[in-house]
Amino acid sequence: MTNKLLRRSGPPLLAVVLLLVIWELYVKVYQVQAWLLPAPTAIIREALSNWPRVQMHTLATLEIALLGFFLGTAVGLVLAIVLHSLAPLRQALYPLLILSQNIPIIALAPLLVVWFGFGVLPKVLIIALMCFFPILIAALQGLDYPDGAMLDYMRMIGAKPAQIFLKLELPNSLPHVFSGLKVAATYSMMGAVISEWLGAQQGLGVYMRLAASSFRTDRVFVSIFVIVALSLLFFASIVYLERNLIRWNSRREGN
Amino acid sequence: MLELKRVNMHYKTKEQCIGVLQDISLQVERGEFVAIIGPSGCGKSTLFKLIGGLLTPTAGEVWLDGEEITGKTGHISYVPQHSTLFPWRTVESNAALALEIAGVPKKKALAEVRSWLPRLGLGGYELAYPDALSGGMQQRVSFLRALLSPQELMCLDEPFGALDALTRSEMQQWLLDIWEEHRRTVLLVTHSIEEALLMADRVYVLSPRPARVLAEVPVPFARPRTAATIALPEFVALRQEIHSMLASNKE
Repeated sequence: MTNKLLRRSGPPLLAVVLLLVIWELYVKVYQVQAWLLPAPTAIIREALSNWPRVQMHTLATLEIALLGFFLGTAVGLVLAIVLHSLAPLRQALYPLLILSQNIPIIALAPLLVVWFGFGVLPKVLIIALMCFFPILIAALQGLDYPDGAMLDYMRMIGAKPAQIFLKLELPNSLPHVFSGLKVAATYSMMGAVISEWLGAQQGLGVYMRLAASSFRTDRVFVSIFVIVALSLLFFASIVYLERNLIRWNSRREGN
Repeated sequence: MLELKRVNMHYKTKEQCIGVLQDISLQVERGEFVAIIGPSGCGKSTLFKLIGGLLTPTAGEVWLDGEEITGKTGHISYVPQHSTLFPWRTVESNAALALEIAGVPKKKALAEVRSWLPRLGLGGYELAYPDALSGGMQQRVSFLRALLSPQELMCLDEPFGALDALTRSEMQQWLLDIWEEHRRTVLLVTHSIEEALLMADRVYVLSPRPARVLAEVPVPFARPRTAATIALPEFVALRQEIHSMLASNKE
């Protein structure tokens, strides 16, 4: 197991390390100014020396990201089930839902701030708005298209619509839902930073903007590193959850 | 038990009318094993969809136990061509599915399944997932699922069609043994003459599309039947007769 893990994660890890080494050497050899491009070691040094502040901002971002993610997931799943069961409602709402994804967040965010103030709520709403859509689409796909032979079988032996939903469509949608969750997880971190950009007291988005306006490029990179690390961690925990929940599917997946 | 009365089925498209079944009449008595044999693509699957109530015939009626069930689902138990086990259910929970659908509490259904699995050579596989099973084992789980369901009539849609020759003949023998012990009412669709003659009490021979009943052949061989039955001169002669009947009716 550890061997397999090592063999699979070895090459990408090596690529990242190599990239960092090249970066470091380039900065050192060409003596690039720190405000243009700081060396990776300088970035790590800055992160460590400034850790309490970085940690405070990280926790703030993580909080709204998770809140938004869970709200978006809940809305996405409930909507999927409702739209799956009520065809007329689906016809009416589907174009609106797609439209909701075409509104530029940059335009919407200030409005939400006007309506709901500078607190946590408008930010969570932005993140949820970005997260619910991939989950909704994925869940609908899974609910709508179970295997045709299985559906025929269920109907032939006299399964009622509720039984078909609970015993066939719902479990069938689970792997699809997880695909949606993975997309939503990465969206949620991105959404959190964007929403903080548009007005907040704390969070990595704020930290990043302040750092950029005072030419502390090293701090900008610290926040980028933290965001990337958090996104990966979030993604990995969903993959872990998927492996444990959907045991039947794990062997068929290549990633 | 089951009776099809002059069942006709055709699909209409814009250009033409495609006949699938033409005046099919047949009966299956309680406790009888009846096989339907026909060339591939003759509409056998359509026939099962009609009996199962997924389709309504263009003309004709389907009766079961004195009740008309034309276009009504839920009256048969079914073994599809491919096992259609649910990949997210374990072996035992797959086998319990038809009982659950019929309203049997899950605990009771599982207990019944567990008492059966060893008899099907599936002891120790209770908690395995279907993708860990061979094709023959999957088909046995699918068969158990149908065997345990409360509907008396079992419809088997080429249940061994997707298996290799060796597994296939093993499974035929296995099904024969189980059937001879329990005598459920069975309607088997197959395109193997040998399979039909080995298993059934009576065989209906269908023509190519649109399918008509060419002949109704009683199968006289004594039970229990074994691999030795296939070698009987009467068996070979009957097989030959049906073979030439099918051959002479090719389009």
